[in-house]
Amino acid sequence: MVGPGRSRCCGPSGAAPAMNCRAEVLEVSVEGRQVEEAMLAVLHTILLHRSTGKFHYKKEGTYSIGTVGTQDVDCDFIDFAYVRVSSEELDRALRKAVGEFKDALRGSGSDGMGQISLEFYQKKKSRWPFSDECIPWELWTIKVNVVNLANEQERQICREKVGEKLCEKIINIVEVMNRHEYLPKMPTQSEVDNVFDTSLKDVQPYLYKISYQITDSLGTSVTTTMRRLIKDTLAL
Amino acid sequence: MDTDLSSQDRKDLDKFIKFFALKTVQVIVQARLGEKICTRSSSSPTGSDWFNLAIKDIPEVTHEAKKALAGQLPAVGRSMCVEISLKTSEGDSMELEIWCLEMNEKCDKEIKVSYTVYNRLSLLLKSLLAITRVTPAYRLSRKQGHEYVILYRIYFGEVQLSGLGEGFQTVRVGTVGTPVGTITLSCAYRINLAFMSTRAGEDNGAVYPSVEDSQEVCTTSFSTSPPSQLSSSRLSYQPAALGVGSADMGYPVLFAGGLNAAHPHQLIGPGKEGGVPPVPNQPAHGTQADQERMCTPLDGVHYSAATPSSSEDTETVSNSSEGKCGSPHDLLETIFIRKVGAFVNKPINQVTMANLDIPFAMFAPKNVELEDNDPMVNPPESPETESPLQGSLHSEGSSGSSTGNTHDDFVMIDFKPAFSKDDILPMDLGTFYREFQNPPQLSSLSIDIGAQSMAEDLDSLPEKLAVHEKNVKEFDAFVETLQ
Repeated sequence: MVGPGRSRCCGPSGAAPAMNCRAEVLEVSVEGRQVEEAMLAVLHTILLHRSTGKFHYKKEGTYSIGTVGTQDVDCDFIDFAYVRVSSEELDRALRKAVGEFKDALRGSGSDGMGQISLEFYQKKKSRWPFSDECIPWELWTIKVNVVNLANEQERQICREKVGEKLCEKIINIVEVMNRHEYLPKMPTQSEVDNVFDTSLKDVQPYLYKISYQITDSLGTSVTTTMRRLIKDTLAL
Repeated sequence: MDTDLSSQDRKDLDKFIKFFALKTVQVIVQARLGEKICTRSSSSPTGSDWFNLAIKDIPEVTHEAKKALAGQLPAVGRSMCVEISLKTSEGDSMELEIWCLEMNEKCDKEIKVSYTVYNRLSLLLKSLLAITRVTPAYRLSRKQGHEYVILYRIYFGEVQLSGLGEGFQTVRVGTVGTPVGTITLSCAYRINLAFMSTRAGEDNGAVYPSVEDSQEVCTTSFSTSPPSQLSSSRLSYQPAALGVGSADMGYPVLFAGGLNAAHPHQLIGPGKEGGVPPVPNQPAHGTQADQERMCTPLDGVHYSAATPSSSEDTETVSNSSEGKCGSPHDLLETIFIRKVGAFVNKPINQVTMANLDIPFAMFAPKNVELEDNDPMVNPPESPETESPLQGSLHSEGSSGSSTGNTHDDFVMIDFKPAFSKDDILPMDLGTFYREFQNPPQLSSLSIDIGAQSMAEDLDSLPEKLAVHEKNVKEFDAFVETLQ
């Protein structure tokens, strides 16, 4: 398992790279049944830092911010616990994305290697007939390598090792977050939907999208799936 | 320069730093309580949630933090530190982590106080929430209870890292620049937990911390165990004097080994009786008050020990017992009858199984004893293997051959657990606890009968199957009525 790497060339494939986009790469090796929890731990930790309370704009142009609650989550297959935002909607959205990623990893053509990306972006309104532009400003990529273990003893060791590795990842994430690098400006009321996802009822994460890629045994990318999970998963 | 900062901004900044410090302490201590924390998000701002985060305020913790700060704020050379340590039931303690909130001289003049600094402090608190779950002490704190508790201590001033042992690691949670300096939050944590394993294997002749030492620790350290856990862990620091668990007999035996040995029905496990020292001067841990509190729940039976070291204990015990016991026999009767069911009493004054030379003797069938004559009339035989303590405890040197003789040597006092009512005997908490600490052995689990019935069961299986097959229609009808 390799530690975090960094590259300045970013953006999901198919889109033009944005020069200001910050990119971080994390790598983990996990057993199949640990994929879901490991991914959720990392994604929730990132979103904890990238979510605020709901904005309530007042007439004078100022706004007040709601309160973000947090809760501890214990992992069943990893000796690890993490904190997530207390928002069932957000948790559901992440679980859906991670579930699809896990299923794709298990699918044929996969050698157990893939990556899941969490991208934060801003919308830039364009005039008709052009559609709104999405400009990423932060991209997190988690590279996953699924290992197969032979016996219970190895699994027990894996539980502990993966737990330790996830602790390191959390520390890495926190380190990046506290560099206080670029964050979108706080928007006016008319612009808030270009910066934040205002569809959740209790918290307000920055606009984000999750995508994943599965690598086949030849090392080439077989499937590139872009999903607008905000619309898909939160639309009722 | 402070003159660059408006007075309103300065006031706001001081307030932010003060509440940030208080919330930092809350997050750290709550993360070491041993419980999962859960707070709700609220879309409507309540106005009382600092940094837009739902972090509960435990009043005691806030009080201690304010006391440590004493109206000051973290500044250069004046850091606020939260020390997390572990204390075992034997009284040994070990520092696990030091969380430091420091301020250095690097100022950021351009930053906006009411907006940027506030939001960054909020982000730093989120990072703290995340980091408090990844240091080794978190997992230790989740498992605290019987063997150890986690304590916290807040102090203000210079950071003291010497207690963390060699090779401690540090993790920086984050920094926030302000016009008056840069706030840094970090954690130094111990990685060498070897103390834990050596302690468990140490000889029973170890010296225990004196009451004074442990008192000092207790006055400045506060347990993060929730009160329920604390009381149960306190209870567990007492020996398995209530008659359980050879596995637990390690250090508990040390505390009241003598009591166990002399009392005929106390189970003495195969653990460490060879090395049991004389009744210790002091309790295994705790303040003087704790010592007294811990003495009384020990099955209500205290012995006048001949060893001078415990004379103080004896005096305390015997004084408290004087007004309480009627005739020793009556008291014995009251104490020793345990209710195992609504109308069933089980005399617990039984021969200890420790004298049987079989492994896991305590799990051997007790139904043999149940069928004996009333042990009140026929006192049980004394154990063949005597703890070395017995000699010292029986002041007259008798080996406690009969219950009657034994009773003459010992002072019985009523079992008085803390906060129990003594007007309705015997239904108090202590009795209840004792009752269910030592349930009667299931007859099906007994070795002899169990083996026999297993063979019989296997033999009779074909017959039973044949019978059931005949009655298939009845069973089907029954199942249908359930649906």
